[in-house]
Amino acid sequence: MSVLVFANATEGKIAKAAYEAIFYAKKTAEKTGGNVTALTYGSVGEEDLKKLGNYGASKVLINKNISDENDQTLTNLTAAAVEQEGAKTVIFSFDPAGKAIAPRLSAKLGAGLVAGAITLPETDGGKFIVRTNVFSGKAFADYEVSTDVKIISLLPNSLKAEATEDEAEIAEFTPEISQGKLKVKELKTRSGDGIPLPEAELVVSAGRGLKGPDNWGIVENLAEALGAATACSRPVSDIGWRPHHEHVGQTGIAIRPNLYIAAGISGAIQHLAGVNGSKVIVVINTDPEAPFFKAADYGIVGDAFEVLPRLTEAVKKFKAAN
Amino acid sequence: MKILVCISKAPDTTTKISFTDNDTKFNEENVQFIVNPYDEWYALVRGLELKEAGGGSVTTVTVGGSDHDPIIRKALAIGADNAVRINTEPQDGYTVAKEIAAYAEGKDYDLILLGKETINYNGSQVGGMLAELMGLPYVSVASKLDVAGDTATVEQDIPAGKQVVEGPLPIVISCAKGMAEQRIPNMRGIMAARTKPLEVVEPAGAAPLVTASKFSLPEDKGEVKMIDAENAESLIELLHNEAKVI
Ligand SMILES: Cc1cc2nc3c(=O)[nH]c(=O)nc-3n(C[C@H](O)[C@H](O)[C@H](O)COP(=O)(O)OP(=O)(O)OC[C@H]3O[C@@H](n4cnc5c(N)ncnc54)[C@H](O)[C@@H]3O)c2cc1C
Ligand SMILES: Nc1ncnc2c1ncn2[C@@H]1O[C@H](COP(=O)(O)O)[C@@H](O)[C@H]1O
Repeated sequence: MSVLVFANATEGKIAKAAYEAIFYAKKTAEKTGGNVTALTYGSVGEEDLKKLGNYGASKVLINKNISDENDQTLTNLTAAAVEQEGAKTVIFSFDPAGKAIAPRLSAKLGAGLVAGAITLPETDGGKFIVRTNVFSGKAFADYEVSTDVKIISLLPNSLKAEATEDEAEIAEFTPEISQGKLKVKELKTRSGDGIPLPEAELVVSAGRGLKGPDNWGIVENLAEALGAATACSRPVSDIGWRPHHEHVGQTGIAIRPNLYIAAGISGAIQHLAGVNGSKVIVVINTDPEAPFFKAADYGIVGDAFEVLPRLTEAVKKFKAAN
Repeated sequence: MKILVCISKAPDTTTKISFTDNDTKFNEENVQFIVNPYDEWYALVRGLELKEAGGGSVTTVTVGGSDHDPIIRKALAIGADNAVRINTEPQDGYTVAKEIAAYAEGKDYDLILLGKETINYNGSQVGGMLAELMGLPYVSVASKLDVAGDTATVEQDIPAGKQVVEGPLPIVISCAKGMAEQRIPNMRGIMAARTKPLEVVEPAGAAPLVTASKFSLPEDKGEVKMIDAENAESLIELLHNEAKVI
């Protein structure tokens, strides 16, 4: 009776969200009993495999023959692992791979899926209840799963993963499975060491108040000083000031970083829907009546063109002193 | 090309959310419903573009009661050729996928498009479940889709960047931003929608795998702490010592 984790790998690198999923599985196993088995594939290096153990897996299954992120192949691989390990709980990350494979596995096994979990399962009284965001972060739902096998996909940044020195036993896993039909033709990893927005713990975001694409230097400077990712409001990506993948909100992506700094964003309800899961929100706006202040923890009524550079300087000083 | 687009209804994005029946049901009173934006802006419009370029038909399918008819008419007004409503209340993602699979099986759709997620339940689950039930490949959260011959080429934003995936038709794809531009229905479309076929079919019957046992609202944020712009630097100190996020 183990907890199985699907640890997605892109070009042999395991995503940060996968380590969170492993840690979440470890905490789940403390409630349900059993050990944590991680399942991965491709050319994952020694160091990443070791980290799976550090975050809570006692066993790692790897299939080195599969290199593509193929939804059908990986679903079949996971189903085979569920069977071999006698897994009763299966954990995914709520990322594009998890959004394809977890529902497939759910339909294949007739196993209830809670997608986008933000809490550990409540197991009191023999029940199994997991909380997710619904209505784009405006509310929560507690889902009860009563099927024999239970599947959870975990929203990134929902818990802080802690590493130990523990190590996992690593075994190759090559069951007979049928192959899917998709092929990854091309993979363009984002250049540089930029932090992927959905995984970022710190985010600096800006909106139409910045007035034009050429003014984003002050946003990027603060982000760089903090080690944060950058984001934007929808109109900003619609007019092409910023790339689409930075658009947060109801129709963009939903994020829940520890810190969200919003400059020149009014705080429309559709924008808030994507960011109100953030732990701490800082709002910088010239208009004291901007609705965003109601959702903020810290507010500065001021001009982003003055405030952002001053914050950047202050962060640099702070980093130098700490 | 025969295209099927899965359309659901969602509360207007400005809706104030509340619950009834001991917090087990979403309170629909005075709520304005819209077509789920991902279904309308991206899945439906891209389906229409592909049909306009290469011929074929666009059918929408919705699992739900007659209260879904207005949003279905909207999809017809935007340009779908005909619509199907499977007459049962959706219970969870799985029951929706089961019903759509039961309907679509054997009807030879080349392309089944969905939204990336419903903005009410945000599960991103129906597409993958549907694909599995029908034995088809599936690409989630696609930002671009082209079809040449019987191959679909799909671009997908992933945390590490972007990937381009190729798969044979028939294929299931969930659509996100980038896929197409929103279309506003014109008067002619709205008139035409009144007489386009909306077929109501009875459900196959499917049991849910999960149940929502309770809804709740986030706690109110405490008072916002205002910092004088002249003293903006003190924010960094507060973020470190008080909020402990840096
Ligand atoms: C169905 C639907 C879905 C939507 N989905 C999303 C979504 O996912 N994400 C999203 O963001 N929006 C979304 N929107 C749009 C949303 O309603 C708002 O229009 C949008 O968020 C506004 O963007 P903004 O705050 O950048 O611009 P504005 O509303 O124009 O606000 C600009 C702000 O900048 C301030 N400002 C101006 N100059 C300065 C300065 N020098 N320094 C500091 N502040 C300054 C102004 O006071 C103002 O508050 C959606 C809308 C609809 C109808
Ligand atoms: N009741 C429904 N009828 C038809 N399609 C639906 C229904 N519910 C969800 N869908 C489709 O499935 C997608 C994903 O929904 P979800 O899994 O709930 O996030 C939506 O964007 C729709 O395209």
